[in-house]
Amino acid sequence: MTSILFFEQLLNGIQFGTMLFLMSAGLTLIFGVMGLINLAHGSFYMIGAFSAALIAGLTGSFWLALLASLSGAAIAGVLIEILIIRRLYRRDHLDQVLATFALILLLSEGVRWCFGAFPLYLDIPENLNGTLPILDDIIYSKYRLFIIFMGLLIATGLYILITKTRLGVRIRAGQNDRQMISALGVDISKLYTIVFALGASLAGLAGAMIGAIQSVEVGMGEPILILAFVVIVIGGIGSIKGALIGSILVGVTDTIGRIFLPELLKIFMEPANATSVGSSIGSMLIYILMALILIIKPSGLFGKT
Amino acid sequence: MKKFTTTLAALLIMGSASSFADGHKVKVGMITTLSGGGSGLGIDVRDGFMLAVKGNKNISVITKDDQRKPDIAVQLADKMIQSDKVDVLTGIIWSNLAMAVVPATVNQGKFYLSPNAGPSKLAGKGCHKNYFNVAWQNDNLHEAAGGYANSAGFKNSFILAPNYPAGKDALTGYKRYFKGSLAGEIYTKLGQKDYAAEIAQIRASGADSVFFFLPGGMGIGFMKQFSQSGIKLPVVGPAFSFDQGILKAVGDAALGVKNTSQWSKDIDNNANKKFVKDFQSEYGRLPSLYASQGYDTGKLLISAMSKAKVKDKDKFRDALRKADFSSTRGKFSFDKNHHPIQDIYVREVIKQGEILTNKIVSVGLKDHSNAYVSECKM
Repeated sequence: MTSILFFEQLLNGIQFGTMLFLMSAGLTLIFGVMGLINLAHGSFYMIGAFSAALIAGLTGSFWLALLASLSGAAIAGVLIEILIIRRLYRRDHLDQVLATFALILLLSEGVRWCFGAFPLYLDIPENLNGTLPILDDIIYSKYRLFIIFMGLLIATGLYILITKTRLGVRIRAGQNDRQMISALGVDISKLYTIVFALGASLAGLAGAMIGAIQSVEVGMGEPILILAFVVIVIGGIGSIKGALIGSILVGVTDTIGRIFLPELLKIFMEPANATSVGSSIGSMLIYILMALILIIKPSGLFGKT
Repeated sequence: MKKFTTTLAALLIMGSASSFADGHKVKVGMITTLSGGGSGLGIDVRDGFMLAVKGNKNISVITKDDQRKPDIAVQLADKMIQSDKVDVLTGIIWSNLAMAVVPATVNQGKFYLSPNAGPSKLAGKGCHKNYFNVAWQNDNLHEAAGGYANSAGFKNSFILAPNYPAGKDALTGYKRYFKGSLAGEIYTKLGQKDYAAEIAQIRASGADSVFFFLPGGMGIGFMKQFSQSGIKLPVVGPAFSFDQGILKAVGDAALGVKNTSQWSKDIDNNANKKFVKDFQSEYGRLPSLYASQGYDTGKLLISAMSKAKVKDKDKFRDALRKADFSSTRGKFSFDKNHHPIQDIYVREVIKQGEILTNKIVSVGLKDHSNAYVSECKM
């Protein structure tokens, strides 16, 4: 196990983390501001990827496809917020879970109706294909570096949006006291729609960027959704900063764990057993991490107590 | 109210009348994956099967979606056996679902014809007289891949598969035939899509070749990321990651990859030519190996129905065992544990015009059966 390999795996973990951040930032904002548990957040990830694949197929441009993923998911977000989600804010969490779960099924089957059951093709642009030497011996995929860069860019953008703009002030106010800001004359339902669309578009962007190196298919959002929930629980529900730290923590733990745990076990086990046991424990690691953090800080790393 | 009770009585009489229907009719329950990830496989099996039984008035098929969840598959099977009174079950794609459904089904005296999953347990100690696998035993295509790796001169392979029954069968199968050493062996999470970490391991391992079994969307992700990583090692795998439904999504990253399959659209026999042509005109796309397996399952069922009534279980079973139908794969017969003896081919991914597809390069293993026959007491 060389240090080069370790560094490369660390980068992989960070890249995975930044992608998780795009998903969990929206999820945590929506929960923080509106108090809504949105299980259908993974569907926006899927909608983003399918919009991108559609546009890439028509125009051949990856950059237009990224734009399409943002706008496609945002439009879907606005429509769904106005038609359905709006009715759920006052209901309790069980109703929200049921309704948004139904949305997952509807959206998945809807997408399958339009695009068919077979995976779609979406590829990365030519100039991001291949690898880049960073430091002397480490070569790393250009596209993955691009994902890390985009993740950091969006994290910075969100930070500025929340702390420096009028919209950000309202979002923060909405998190603290919903009744007060509507009493002060802020159009709360418009604010909710904006926040929901913002979350949806971030998820859509993540879907398109990841879809290009994985696969664009129905149901692609649900596995990510579970991880995004783990992230926001670790980071503290409602906190963007928590989502960022939580994402990186989960990404790195998952990547490092599933690779190095089997290697570690090989020291005192049969290789075949070590791989099998190691990968099983490896996939549990993030949940163990979550449990440990919740024992020490029951409301997450940056959650309000 | 009186009207209601009379209607009800009439319905009941009609219902019982239909169960007296003549013994040549067969009711098939198809449980397969039709929604969510992996639904392409189930849809192909269903479409292949329906094409085979199209126009046959003696076969009625109830199709239900298992959503790739074992618990749902079990519920559906129970319902089909208890209330729909099906004679034959088929359709399951995934080995973990097959393990949940098949034993209970065959123990209740129903026939199960597997169009895909062939876990080693059901071929060996857990074999059953009413269970027939029309596709392959899980290890088969991987064994052929191991054999191919030897003939290609690979000495040091890196192998990976998902952590579930079929994944373990896959690596076992490859290792059974591959004579070289292993540079590394990894079990990935089922449904995993990102392989950056595994690809970094491969790069660092000093392997001279890579074998992987990652069916469905998992394989798409792996092939794309592997080709982007700049690693130039030769890749070999079973056909599941290079079937017709997936190639389009993988794109040129798959070009030239050798993969092993019991079926290919260019196998030269009349049954296959007719199947490929009919499938294309019926559904407007090229068939995959899954579709061919569904089709052969349908043809096997029809062949048995022409020899015996399904209610006469022993005769019907004997008729199935004879496998007296013209398979799309050419030569096809059942071994003692009701799994196929068949040729397994090595194919290469090529481009025909704009479409990515496969062509046969050589026969990997001739008249190949499986390693579990002797464990099966039947």
